[in-house]
Parts: sequence; C-alpha cells; structure tokens
Amino acid sequence: MICIINYDTGNVGAVHNMLHVLGFESTLTNNPDEIEKASHLILPGVGAFDHGMKKLIDLGIIPVLEKKVLQQKTPILGICLGAQLMCKGSEEGQQAGLGWIDAKVKRFPLSVDGNKLVSPNIGWNEVIPKKPEILFNELEMPRFYFVHSYFIECENRENVLCESEHGIKFDSAFQKGCIFGVQFHPEKSHRFGKQLLKNFIMKDGAA
Amino acid sequence: MALPRIIPSLLLKERGFVKTIKYKNPQYIGDPFNTVKIFNSLEADEIMITDIEATKKGIDPDFDFLKEIASECFMPISYGGGIKNVDHIGKLIQCGIEKVSLNAAVMDRPAFLKEASNKFGTSTIIAVMDIKKNMFGSYGLYSYSKTKKPSITLVGYAKQLEELGAGELFINNVDLEGTMSGYDATIIAEIAENINIPIVVNGGAKSLIDMGNIIKRTKISGAAAGSVFVYHGRNNAVLISYPNQREIKEIFE
Repeated sequence: MICIINYDTGNVGAVHNMLHVLGFESTLTNNPDEIEKASHLILPGVGAFDHGMKKLIDLGIIPVLEKKVLQQKTPILGICLGAQLMCKGSEEGQQAGLGWIDAKVKRFPLSVDGNKLVSPNIGWNEVIPKKPEILFNELEMPRFYFVHSYFIECENRENVLCESEHGIKFDSAFQKGCIFGVQFHPEKSHRFGKQLLKNFIMKDGAA
Repeated sequence: MALPRIIPSLLLKERGFVKTIKYKNPQYIGDPFNTVKIFNSLEADEIMITDIEATKKGIDPDFDFLKEIASECFMPISYGGGIKNVDHIGKLIQCGIEKVSLNAAVMDRPAFLKEASNKFGTSTIIAVMDIKKNMFGSYGLYSYSKTKKPSITLVGYAKQLEELGAGELFINNVDLEGTMSGYDATIIAEIAENINIPIVVNGGAKSLIDMGNIIKRTKISGAAAGSVFVYHGRNNAVLISYPNQREIKEIFE
C-alpha cells in the first residue's frame, strides 16, 4: 500500500486523487502501524517549516519513518514542504530538519542584480534535468507548478536531479538512494505530475 | 522565472457558473463539474472560482460542492466568497482547494489576513482588491458589502495587504469586468511598481493577446479573464476554450 503521510499540512487529498486516477490505491495516514506496512511513502505538505517538523514530532512518527526509509530503504517522495523537511534545516525556522539529505533550505533574495525578485515563486516552471533519472522517464519538456518562498540547495551536487530558475538557480528535485524530493507539486501539474508520480511508484517495476 | 499564468476566472452562483458584466446580469454559462473538467483536460495553468453571492448573502462557502469540484482538478485551484474565518480556510484546504482569495473579510478586519497567513502560509492566501473609478474618474477601493472602506490610496492598501502576509495580490477592475474593452494598464502598473508579491489582474480582457500584453507591459505574474474562455464569436455563444502551450508561448515572444 502507498501511504500518504497526513500531518495537518495542506492539501493531501490531491495526491490521493491523482494516484487514484492512475489506478494506484493509497491511504492517507499518520498511523505508525500502517506506515510500517507501506510499499511507498509520500510526504506532502505546504506551510511553515517549523510547523511541519513539530507536527511530525508530535505525531511520534519520525522513528517509524526513519526505520522505513533509512533501514528498509522504502521509496519515499517528499513534495514541497515535505521535500524541505528531509533537509538539514531551513532559514524559515529554528527546528532541525529530518537531515536525510545534505541540503539546506534558503530564502529567495529580495533582489537579484538590482532587480526586485517577486516572492513567493508561484506558477509553472520548466525544469532542467541534471541527470537521466527514472523520475523523469517519458517526460518531454516537463513543466510543473511551484508555490514556495524558500528553496532547496543540495550540498552534494550528485544528489541534484533537476534545477529550476527564479531569479537564481535552485534545486527543484533531489535523490539519494530511495529518498526523492521535489519542490514542485506533481499533484497539481496535469499529465506531467501524473507521469512523475507513476514513475516514482513503478520505479522498481511494480507498485 | 515562473511562466506567466493565464487564469480562467469562473463566477459561481447557486451551484452554476455565470458570466456577468460589471458583476451585473449573471448569464448561465454551464455546469461547474463539466466546465472544470474541460479546463482540466485543456491543461489550464490554474483556475479561480469566486462565489459572487456568498458574501452578500452572508452564507458560508459550499464546502461539499467545492470538494467535488476540486477532486476533478489536477491543476491549481483557488476559491473566494463567503470566507469569514480561519476554520473556513482550513476546511477549504481539506476540500482540495489550495489557495483562497480574501476580500471583504480583510477589509473589515485586516488582522484576519495576518492570522490566515501565519496559520496556512503566505502562499495559500490571495488578497483581492476590487477597484472602481469614482465620479471624478479616479480609482479607489470598491466594497460590495457596503462596509466601510479604509480611507487609503490603492498603493497604500496594496502595501498593507503585502505586509499583512498576502502571498499574492489580485487586482480586480469592477468597471471593466465582462466589458471586453481591455485592461487598464496605468493603474495596474502603478500598484505593481510598489509591490514585491506576485500580482494577477482581472477585468476587461477581450483576447489572449490582451492578457499577454498586460503581463508584458506591467511585469505582473498573471492575468485572469472570464469572457475570453467562455464566450466565442460575435454573438458570445458559450464555448469553453483554453489556449495550448504553443499559443501561450507565442504571445510572450
């Protein structure tokens, strides 16, 4: 079963709906027993970094997530705030992140080369793939929907799957082993998002 | 940079989509489920739904109905109308609406915007400014609900909304809505120069070219329109349409 982690941060239903249309059943849960049995995990989320981390802590699900992801290597996809929480920390808050990936979350500058930079970055953006990765299979000229004021910067460039630009270049997707993160919202990105979710679920051949 | 957004603005009245002129004489356009499905299949950048009666009548958002609509949407969707408190916003997010637009409630109680943005994140909150010319021909804030308007310039109000935590500013020209006579670029440019959050404008578009031009000229993030996407031909026959990506790219070249 695919588990979508429900931790009171935003529009988790959209991911569920899109998986359903793709023919994959998933469950919205924060129950450790259900998470334990998951074949795939999805960590969605919008909102503030500290709020998201506190919710994960309060629900007491970080140990089971770490067991699944770090020990059992269960594939996990972080979306937007979910991807940011996998990093070491964020300029948005004081809480430490999950630290699964060597990356920091930074705030967009107010201006670039003397020109003001509009923030949050809201809208569709193209991505520049940095390596051929299974997540981007069968995606030609993909574009995705972004909504964020903070961006991910990977310390290990090997982990960067693609970059995007909003005044400056930032890392719009990363991968380290079974851990995937995307800054954009596949669940709100039409066929591009559908294909990406399908690639994630099918990456080892079967759901 | 994010690509400019071309947004169909859909007006809801008693569970049907309508099109108005200056927000008067609503004409039935179609069933919301079908309409949203069509925009979804045409891969629209985003859609904006506004209930034009909820605030006036003092009724809450139609949550169950919106939930059903949102389940058809694999694109960003925003909703406005009748939102009075953070519980409403929380419920809408659970329904699958990821952005809410706030207007009258914020004019009444600016602290509501701050509360909403702190709780749900700035990028969830669109602040709406309805603007209209007064009898002397200069623009001011417009309020449907006949509540007291703040005595403040439009730029001043826009800055206030930004400071209170709006993630996006929606400038809606009430005089031009549905007229298909073109956007009024001057006032938009004046506000845009002073604001650092994304701006989307509505009111007056007659064509996709119009939408492209206003975005290029005032360097805003997106343009919304109703008639452009729901009417077709000289007699304004109802036909839902949305340009493809090639057509959109062409207008920005």
